[in-house]
Amino acid sequence: MSARKRKTRHDDGETGYNFAYLDEQTKRMIRRCILKAVAVPGYQVPFGSREMPLPYGWGTGGIQVTASIIGRNDMLKVIDQGSDDTTNAVSIRAFFAKTADVATTEETSKASVIQTRHRIPERKLRADQILVYQVPIPEPLRFLEPRETECRKVHAYSEYGVMQVKLYEDIARYGRITTAYAYPVRVDDRYIMDPSPIPKFDNPKMDNSPALQLFGAGREKRIYAIPPYTTVHSLDFEDHPFDVETWDEPCGLCGATDSFLDEIILDDQGGRMFACSDSNFCTARRADGHTGQFAEDPIEESRKGEPAHV
Amino acid sequence: MSDDDVLLQVDGVCKNFGEIRACDNVSFELWPGEVLGIVGESGSGKTTLLNCLAGRTEPDSGLISYTNRRGEASDIFAMFEPERRMLARTDWGFVHQNPRDGLRLDITAGGNIGERLMMVGARHYGNIRGEAETWMNRVELELGRIDSLPRTFSGGMQQRLQIARNLVSGPRLIFMDEPTGGLDVSVQARLLDLLRELVRELNVAVVIVTHDLAVARLLSDRLMVMRHGAVVESGLTDQVLDDPQHAYSQLLVSSILQV
Amino acid sequence: MYVAVKGGETAIENAHQLLAEERRGDPDVAEIELTQIDEQLGLAVDRVMTEGSLYDRRLAALAVKQARGDVIEAVFLLRAYRTTLPRFGASEPIDTARMEIRRRISATFKDLPGGQILGPTFDYTHRLIDFDLAEPSDDAPEAPLAETPVNDAMPRVNELLESEGLLERAAPPEDDPEPFDLTREPMSFPAGRDQHLQNLARGDEGFLLALGYSTQRGFGRNHPFAGEIRMGEVAVEFVPEELGFAVELGDITVSECQMVTQFTGSKEAPPQFTQGYGLAFGFCERKTMAMALVDRALRAEEFGEAVEYPAQDSEFVLYHSDNVEAQGFVSHLKLPHYVDFQAELTLVRRLRADYEQAHRQEAAE
Ligand SMILES: Nc1ncnc2c1ncn2[C@@H]1O[C@H](COP(=O)(O)OP(=O)(O)OP(=O)(O)O)[C@@H](O)[C@H]1O
Ligand SMILES: [Mg+2]
Ligand SMILES: [Zn+2]
Repeated sequence: MSARKRKTRHDDGETGYNFAYLDEQTKRMIRRCILKAVAVPGYQVPFGSREMPLPYGWGTGGIQVTASIIGRNDMLKVIDQGSDDTTNAVSIRAFFAKTADVATTEETSKASVIQTRHRIPERKLRADQILVYQVPIPEPLRFLEPRETECRKVHAYSEYGVMQVKLYEDIARYGRITTAYAYPVRVDDRYIMDPSPIPKFDNPKMDNSPALQLFGAGREKRIYAIPPYTTVHSLDFEDHPFDVETWDEPCGLCGATDSFLDEIILDDQGGRMFACSDSNFCTARRADGHTGQFAEDPIEESRKGEPAHV
Repeated sequence: MSDDDVLLQVDGVCKNFGEIRACDNVSFELWPGEVLGIVGESGSGKTTLLNCLAGRTEPDSGLISYTNRRGEASDIFAMFEPERRMLARTDWGFVHQNPRDGLRLDITAGGNIGERLMMVGARHYGNIRGEAETWMNRVELELGRIDSLPRTFSGGMQQRLQIARNLVSGPRLIFMDEPTGGLDVSVQARLLDLLRELVRELNVAVVIVTHDLAVARLLSDRLMVMRHGAVVESGLTDQVLDDPQHAYSQLLVSSILQV
Repeated sequence: MYVAVKGGETAIENAHQLLAEERRGDPDVAEIELTQIDEQLGLAVDRVMTEGSLYDRRLAALAVKQARGDVIEAVFLLRAYRTTLPRFGASEPIDTARMEIRRRISATFKDLPGGQILGPTFDYTHRLIDFDLAEPSDDAPEAPLAETPVNDAMPRVNELLESEGLLERAAPPEDDPEPFDLTREPMSFPAGRDQHLQNLARGDEGFLLALGYSTQRGFGRNHPFAGEIRMGEVAVEFVPEELGFAVELGDITVSECQMVTQFTGSKEAPPQFTQGYGLAFGFCERKTMAMALVDRALRAEEFGEAVEYPAQDSEFVLYHSDNVEAQGFVSHLKLPHYVDFQAELTLVRRLRADYEQAHRQEAAE
């Protein structure tokens, strides 16, 4: 295949591809879409999504956004489910390390660009950081109205009553709103937006955030954005206000009581513990001396000596 | 606006489907609170006209002008689409012959009634539900069925739900296409009574299409007889039914009386 | 540490190595060569080129090899490579009327100028496993040459009908605008026929086959006849700006299907036959037939037919035909979803608690 390698590259990498994989034309096109998205907060901008060497649904939208905004001096963090260590996060980080040769980090505070799937870091983001979300289904109305043509009218005319009807139905049937993740929000009092499948626990972090938030959906070919310091309201009723999940226990490792916890099954006798989903947040707390009930880390203990599974 | 302003001004409306003249130069005026019946044989253009009036089908020519609550009259097809869609779910209502066309079948009865309220910004669950309950009562649906899906309702119940869903926004004008069409005679009678009460009480204007002259007599103040897309006779309901002038109206009235 | 799939980096690395090992298989068995794939599994190569939207036999063969024979994976590889290629320009439209025919059949006329040419078809083979093929053989099969060469003038069946006005004319839209390009622009609706055809050409053969089949079974019936199917070589020409005239870049093999379907006419138009069109790289006849059926079904609205069935529904077909998109989104379910699942778990526990409380209350009352 060497004979077929592109000759147009103008990078110093070894890969035979342009810096951050995409060619400059494509990046410019994507950046124009990002600018439009920032100018119209929460509006889904169609873009000419390219076929990426990673499968659709595995973050191709986020990757294209990151590839278009990342520069040589950036510090990239990639998380999946809050963790830097999950396979897909590792794979995407490796992709950028290889095609863009950028420095990567696991520390939220050190990153300038954070690409995420399904979580917002617990640590408050700053104005000099950009959060890039991977989005599977950008259309918040999709499951109420499968037709794209009609959805676009609903957005254009702000005819969002049907969204509220869905919440009404939840309460009528279950006594509470039963959307647990991908909880719809209204951005800047205009567009209703799908925040990607983050748990609703993370919704309040989007509101008035100093960091720029960009959303990329590769397969569905949409980009949208929440500019810094923008109002993001989670849909609700006055008498059934939006609320977030709470846990009865703190993190078993760092003792945190204000983070999103994952449930970890310890054995088949019903033994379980809860631990921060944001692995970097938890590690940092433990480094600061916080400990939880399972601080000696039973899982790591039990896994010691096991071969890495493939 | 005052009651002196005409609510709907219809001028020379024409609509063709290929060679078929479904509406042929129809003109009339509708006043606030007035009930206008449209009768005529099958295929005479009643539904087509109703769809034009309600902004659902654009006529080939002619003018349909609606006077809003502020007394401003405007051509409904010249207005911006969202404006027309807004009118359609606030000021107007549309009761379909088949309630399945006018209901959300996978949404509970309460949700169906509450939708219009939420469409215009209601965000208090308790209030929305309260309104839904009030309307369930008014159209004589059992309160216990408020969380049931419409597909578990009988035809008559579905029709009453459709009516409630339309009236909840306090519309000024309702379009009805054979609202008692597919129903059993006794159910029909009860529904007609209900409609008559509600219409009087709410002082809402109605354009009702029917081929049933009894329905027309019971509900409408004025009557228009259509044939081949054109209005062949119009006037006060009793006048038209008791003393039809046009040969076709005479035929229509006599054919019914013979039955 | 506390992640569902642990040991990310090393595990991935090891998995890749295991994959490479399994792909190679038993090292005592000779490694397959690209020329072998190209020559002897040529139809797989054709399909990968068609759905991968890239005409390059050797690269497609390599993709098939790398994908261990998984055609959809190979299509994906080719597509991902394709996006990185610089675009020099667009070639002139190929002219299939000037095809060097290797196969040409029509189901609408028994005999026609140029004749029926069967070519290398499976059609009349009995599908009996040929055990002779189990072992390599030294004598290569050889087909006899026709006594007369294929006719130079090979008129299209459809043109015969068109000239009589019996068939709608297949003409480009007025002022012949640049066709839509799905590889550069997002889908947009209502979609024109150019967008339909490009999408179908790239679309998954299995998906289109099932949809096409569904139209034959009454889910959007349109009475099709295979007007003409042809396969052979066509020249690709390009007009470099600096030259201003077309130069030939080479030949490619394509298959084409023109489906003729009944149309009873309307107020505006007399009864006439209408067309569905299919085109694919290489010899992908089944794909072109399915494509032509679906193309015609998608034109329902244009002919005032009710849009009732999946094959007629433009949004449905266009959004779900692409196997690279589909396989990605289906396979992404393998990615960890435990944050979402945790959120649901917490919710279901709360709902159950609500439920139990309500029932306890009821019992107490
Ligand atoms: N979408 C359409 N396309 C073509 N012709 C139509 C269409 N809609 C209505 N027509 C024709 O227009 C004429 C009037 O139809 P319309 O439905 O308005 O009649 P109607 O008076 O409501 O009849 P009915 O009492 O049977 O409901 C009929 O000839 C009908 O066939
Ligand atoms: Mg009718
Ligand atoms: Zn922790």
